[in-house]
Amino acid sequence: MGQENQILVKISAFFASKSGIIFVGGFIGVMAAILQHEGNPGNMGFCIACFQRDIAGALGLHSAEVVQYLRPEIMGIVLGAFMASVMFKEFRARTGSAPIIRFILGFFAMIGALVFLGCPWRAFLRLAGGDGNAVLGIAGLVAGIFVGTIFIKSGFNLGRTKKTYPLVGLILPGIMIALLILLIWDPVFGDDTNVIFKSTSGPGSMYAPLALSLGIAIAVGFFAQRSRFCTVGGIRDTIIMKDYHLLLGAIALVVAAFVTNIALSQFNPGFEDQPVAHNDYLWNFMGMLLAGLAFVLAGGCPGRQLILSGEGNADSAIFILGMIAGAAFSHNLRLASSPQGTGDWGPAAVIFGLIVCIVIGFTLREKV
Amino acid sequence: MALTERIDVRGLSCPQPLVLTRKKMKELGAGTFEVIGDSATARDNIYRLAREKAWDIKEERKEDEFILILSKSKDI
Repeated sequence: MGQENQILVKISAFFASKSGIIFVGGFIGVMAAILQHEGNPGNMGFCIACFQRDIAGALGLHSAEVVQYLRPEIMGIVLGAFMASVMFKEFRARTGSAPIIRFILGFFAMIGALVFLGCPWRAFLRLAGGDGNAVLGIAGLVAGIFVGTIFIKSGFNLGRTKKTYPLVGLILPGIMIALLILLIWDPVFGDDTNVIFKSTSGPGSMYAPLALSLGIAIAVGFFAQRSRFCTVGGIRDTIIMKDYHLLLGAIALVVAAFVTNIALSQFNPGFEDQPVAHNDYLWNFMGMLLAGLAFVLAGGCPGRQLILSGEGNADSAIFILGMIAGAAFSHNLRLASSPQGTGDWGPAAVIFGLIVCIVIGFTLREKV
Repeated sequence: MALTERIDVRGLSCPQPLVLTRKKMKELGAGTFEVIGDSATARDNIYRLAREKAWDIKEERKEDEFILILSKSKDI
């Protein structure tokens, strides 16, 4: 028993170290490039926003036929984080830190991310794949996080979570298991039509083999739980306190994905005809400005929110559900961009989302 | 003996635990204070911060919570 504990302590120390965070960022970068090579869409080895959007489509919450697939990467990340948190005795069911606000932040974060076409992980993967438009997205992300840090410095705070019944923290991991069962079972109705929608063309029809995606995602979730990997946190901590720890992980992700892309002949530099991307510079920037602000107000990037919900944080779970709802609205109301450019109401929705986030930033604060 | 100052970071989202701890370090410059918290992430982060800023840490655990006693001598 004592020896086993010693091993766990050593593993924890490694993942908490600088080498640990660099290892995890590098691992995500390499695995993302491999997932793309094995079938995922271009520069989309991982995209938390896109994959949640695909899940929303698979469940019929929106009817954009090209983006419907129950992405096992999302389930794997949550379940990997759940396993790590149980193994290392860090699973804590918690809730009560302004859940409805977290839903709204997730909702608008998704709307912003789908105007750009990617979450922060994918913004970095797009950069590593040579997509120049990613620079605009990342600039927007940094700008959004910067605005968020001003709120944080002036006392913005969503309040404390409280310990709750274990079942509350198990709901999101439970939903992920249910989705995984649906994906593997693929049930049909009496007339032989599939219950779960599945794209036959477009990005939703492109995916790596299930076992590979799931296995890699479980490893990513496990490692990211141990190292607290967070792209938004990396930029935020750099701005607020010149703490580069988490940023090193994000940089490692870009470098590792870039090198692996070169090795797999997946590096295509340019701005035109990039996979699942458009080159409307302004709205690439603005979309991620909104997403970055919403993520930082909620305490972390969507990958991190998946990890936290795996650890039993029910508020992060609400954020995830907000993102899925945001994805459904994005496509139903034509807010989401496509390779042809922004959706009809995308820009207006981004402006509205920014106003909502700014109101939240100004109103939920303690005097400092 | 005066009571040791304590900051409570239980249940706070990132980056609040780190921001509050850092603020207290700056405010005191040196001396001793305690941080009570409950998230492993906050604990890791405070350990890292303390190492960077050369504060010593002693830890007490009780069930799901931790108390970190941070101290720095005034001489250096």
